Amino acid sequence: MTTDRLPDGHVVAETSAMTKPVWRLQSATRLSRAAGVAAIVIFPLLILVPAVASRNLLQDLIFVFTMLALAQLWNVLAGWGGLISVGQQAFVGLGAYGLFAAVALAGFDPLLAIPMAGCLAAIAAAILGPLMFRLEGPYFAIGSWVVAEALRLGCAQFKPLGGGTGMSLSSAALANMTGTRWAEALFGIRAAAARDVVVYWIALLLVVGITFSIYLFVRSRLGLGLAASRDNNAAARSVGVRTYRIRYLLWVLVAFATGMVGALVYLQKARISPDAAFSVVDWTAYVLFVVVIGGVRTIEGPILGVLVLWALQFNLSGYGSLYLLLLGLIAIFVMLFMQRGIWGSAAARWDLQLFPARKLLVRDDS
Amino acid sequence: MGMGGLDTVLEGVLLGGVYALFAIGLSLIFGIMRLVNLAHGDIVVFAAYMILTATAAAGVSLVVATVVTIVIMFAAGFALQRLVLERVLGDDILPPLLVTFGLSIVVQNGLLLVFGADSRRLQAGAFESSSIALAPGLSVGLAPLIALITAFVVVVLLQVLFYRTALGRAFRATADNPQIAQLMGIDQRNVYALAVGLSLAVSTIAAVTFGIRSNFDPSIGPARLLYAFEAVIIGGLGSLWGTLAGGIVLGLAQTIGGRIDPEWQILAGHLAFLIVLIFRPRGLFPSRRR
Repeated sequence: MTTDRLPDGHVVAETSAMTKPVWRLQSATRLSRAAGVAAIVIFPLLILVPAVASRNLLQDLIFVFTMLALAQLWNVLAGWGGLISVGQQAFVGLGAYGLFAAVALAGFDPLLAIPMAGCLAAIAAAILGPLMFRLEGPYFAIGSWVVAEALRLGCAQFKPLGGGTGMSLSSAALANMTGTRWAEALFGIRAAAARDVVVYWIALLLVVGITFSIYLFVRSRLGLGLAASRDNNAAARSVGVRTYRIRYLLWVLVAFATGMVGALVYLQKARISPDAAFSVVDWTAYVLFVVVIGGVRTIEGPILGVLVLWALQFNLSGYGSLYLLLLGLIAIFVMLFMQRGIWGSAAARWDLQLFPARKLLVRDDS
Repeated sequence: MGMGGLDTVLEGVLLGGVYALFAIGLSLIFGIMRLVNLAHGDIVVFAAYMILTATAAAGVSLVVATVVTIVIMFAAGFALQRLVLERVLGDDILPPLLVTFGLSIVVQNGLLLVFGADSRRLQAGAFESSSIALAPGLSVGLAPLIALITAFVVVVLLQVLFYRTALGRAFRATADNPQIAQLMGIDQRNVYALAVGLSLAVSTIAAVTFGIRSNFDPSIGPARLLYAFEAVIIGGLGSLWGTLAGGIVLGLAQTIGGRIDPEWQILAGHLAFLIVLIFRPRGLFPSRRR
């Protein structure tokens, strides 16, 4: 790469003659600093939740954390990266099947099996990437869905893990999971409840880790390059952004994390079937709902969105199809009248930033 | 190739006719508006339930029920575009994708609430089970044959509409370049609304042939949508003949896969789709315009 040298000597001479204004880049706002402090206070409290929470609440929170993690991952892939996938259930399912294979067939510790399952999803994504990336826009969306369906049917053929009907993890296979004994003794609870506690902690760790990584990523040079390649691929390439490489990296990393979340979800359920693990409604429709309601391309949006989903589910899930119908209607209305979602609209109106990704040029006069 | 092989090919082509008919409505708006309608499968199922209600509950004949439903669905499509889709169409494909995905969930669960999860079938009398003998030991069902012929006729009629009428010229012009078409005095909003109306009308024809041939329930929309998309993409964007060919390729792949192992039927279709995409990312017969 070559850059033209500017005739800079002239410019320097001119500015140095006057009093030099001090410019600096600023991202943080007063609100974002407060949010940072709040996060530092809330995180330890969330770690301590199992000491007081009922098992039902704990399972609800596991749902909230895993859903939020999936929503953040889809948001960075589709919102920032422009890779609009309708097939992320492929990696949830692969992660789940990877975990079951490692635990039930190879006898691994379930905790160790989670990153292994993530690796399986990442390898699949790395192989599928070159094929998927030949497709653009709507072709990519449909292609990703077809791949997920093909993988679902493939897993249904895999007889050692129960074929089309699926299988359950025996309590013997789960008994040697690291941390369970410890949690049992610590809280004085039975093995199944202790397993939920460990799963809860991992879910918390995953969602915080994923959210924070995404935040760092979108603020980095790579994140900037990614946004540029989404907005105008040719222009981004012309200024030296390696768009294919960034997108490919993102695709594989998102699959890795999605696979780990899928593994964790099915570790908690301890029962798997191809239809459930590769369900487009459970792992894509809900996830899209969370992102859309909260606000695409914001980190705060999915956090708000998942709380809305939880509230709706808590109050209405007994109504079955009526509940899903309502979710669909809400999603349509939000897209029609509030395209930036609840958080996105509020942030634009009152200039709110909890996770500021923009950089403002601020002048310090001293 | 023995008689068994010929039988498989024939069955695959006929199945392809049903898929193609399913896909034509999708192909229309994908080609003209670049709109990915994720609710298409559920809309076809919705039309099938409307016809079912008219024939079973109101006691109307199948033909009358179909004609009435076509008219209603055309109006519904026009309204859908003007009231909902128009607001989200633009350079960003995410909003229309999300709205139609929401619509899919709404239609699917609405049908589930009203009709329950039982699977249904449209009754067409003796017609549905009768077959024609082509050669000794080789016969085809009348219903699948009519579905294929219908798909062929629908494509011919749409081609006539596209290349011989003013409306067709407006469709093609808008597909090529909406801004310039608008400058030439074409009302883009009307063209798009007519296209969605036409898509839903064609979907109703698909609903009849499909509802006679196989059972349906509220949950099958998304799987059928996927087959329809595969047919459209295998055939190539913007080509209705391509969509017909794409449906037949998919039908053949599924039937041949199913002969090897019944559990492989659907998977074989998906694999054929992915293989076509590897070698021809724009489909087999893409139209010259983008």
